[in-house]
Amino acid sequence: MSDAPVDRPAPAAGPTRMALNLGPQHPSTHGVLRLMAELDGEVIVKADCEIGYLHTGIEKECEQKLYQQVVTCTDRVDYLAPLSNNLCYCLAVERLLGLEIPALAQWMRVLLAELTRLNSHLVWLGTHALDVGAMSVFLYCFREREDILRIFEIFSGQRMMTSYFRIGGLALEPPRGWREPVKTFIDAFPSRVDEYEDLLTRNPIWLKRTKGVGWMSLADLLDYGVTGPMLRAAGLAWDIRKAEPYTGYEKFDFEIPVRTKGDIYARYQVRLEEMRQSTRIVQEALEGMPSGPWKADAPKVVLPDRERMKTEMEALIHHFKIVTEGFRVPPGEVYQVIESPRGELGYYVVSDGSAKPWRVHIHGPSFGNLQAAPKMIEGRIIADSIAVLGSMDFVLGDTDR
Amino acid sequence: MLPDNLKENPVAAAVEGALAPAVLEGKFEHGELTLVIAPAMIVAVCRLLNEQQFERLSGVTAVDWYPAEPRFEVVYHLHSVGNNQRVRLKCRLRGEAPEIDSVTGVWRGADWYEREVYDLFGVVFRGHSNLRRILMPDNWLGHPLRKDYPVHGYKYSYAEPGVEP
Repeated sequence: MSDAPVDRPAPAAGPTRMALNLGPQHPSTHGVLRLMAELDGEVIVKADCEIGYLHTGIEKECEQKLYQQVVTCTDRVDYLAPLSNNLCYCLAVERLLGLEIPALAQWMRVLLAELTRLNSHLVWLGTHALDVGAMSVFLYCFREREDILRIFEIFSGQRMMTSYFRIGGLALEPPRGWREPVKTFIDAFPSRVDEYEDLLTRNPIWLKRTKGVGWMSLADLLDYGVTGPMLRAAGLAWDIRKAEPYTGYEKFDFEIPVRTKGDIYARYQVRLEEMRQSTRIVQEALEGMPSGPWKADAPKVVLPDRERMKTEMEALIHHFKIVTEGFRVPPGEVYQVIESPRGELGYYVVSDGSAKPWRVHIHGPSFGNLQAAPKMIEGRIIADSIAVLGSMDFVLGDTDR
Repeated sequence: MLPDNLKENPVAAAVEGALAPAVLEGKFEHGELTLVIAPAMIVAVCRLLNEQQFERLSGVTAVDWYPAEPRFEVVYHLHSVGNNQRVRLKCRLRGEAPEIDSVTGVWRGADWYEREVYDLFGVVFRGHSNLRRILMPDNWLGHPLRKDYPVHGYKYSYAEPGVEP
């Protein structure tokens, strides 16, 4: 079948067909997504997505900035998982530079990346449940999310656009007393997940709305480029944290939750279990957090400490050089992938040997995931389409960039 | 022609063995395999690799090397979940009228990726069923990610109503 959108001439549509336009300004599309559906009664016969309403040209902007300045752009790509994007970009450039990252920075990255996963999954659960009609879950989830944002603020001074991971390590030394709020939060969190489960897991309305809805075969999911929890809900135990470990994930003990049904309920189960596993990783990171330096020993790439800059001539020169002209990255290309809360996040960084990246391509997981949406909702009623879109957990900033 | 250090690489050797003229260059850097493919052979190579376990297309993108020629590099990232392997394919295209065959016949997921490359770089994918702009407005003029496109854009970026852009 052709993929022509339904608001263009569709002579085949009979007199009983109706065109429905959902979005781009619609709360259940979670951002500015336009969904065009051809309806027969209440059944969606054919659907198409229109994206690009949030296109900001971040990839073009990255080419104009010095390598270290790009980090702040990456925050704004997927605004629910800023630290995952920081991490992926930094890892790509660090591979090009051949930098060795100290253990403390690596563990801190794991800890904060997992808190980001919790943060993102909480927003997903709250808004998804709200779409399907369970209002109170939203309030519960945002209560915990607030705690996580407060932890981010303690570390970086920012709630959302943290830019805390930098090329070569962290932006700032972990602040004094950072352990306590993290520990308080993470010790209480498993009981909070139980609360969400009490509200939803056996809730008959939730079950009716989610079980058996949004199914797609594993082969089709792979064919469309779907990644992340949706694949794991369809039975594929593939998680980049295990398959291609980065930033020290191989040192952590956790499981990949897998379900086989592939419907919305299975995705819900996978993500809730992922929250429990992330809690486990954060706890491990808290217990085993090494000590030592928090940024790499690379004076030509990493800014010197304030104190050394004021007392040592060489440190002052390095500081001046990095700030004014940046650092040069050897020519080459790297495609770094990590497991973001939504799936495979990839940064393709091409260097021509100068201090600015020649090309930064951001492969957002939402882009591939959303591509499968029309096929997932065709043949189902309108109300189901809202539930399916909610279960996909896309972020339009990530899709449009 | 494959360099000597890639003759042992099973993926590179398989492509070279089955479709020898397709591989123009190859390299293995930062733990990533890159094969430069003759543009006319891209669909055949993708189909071959797809049958050999590369069930996923991780993405399609492009790099503009303006003012060098051939100017465009269309880049395909393939992934095999089963073998936990990745390979990057590249096709170099000249700047006048960049055209290449679409791989949507191999992976349906290539659809949006190719539309994005068409939208932002102006590379035409032959055989794509729905090749229109995806991120920029339909009547936009020019292709923003080209290196000769200014960062701040042009004063007049939209086509006149009723005029084909």
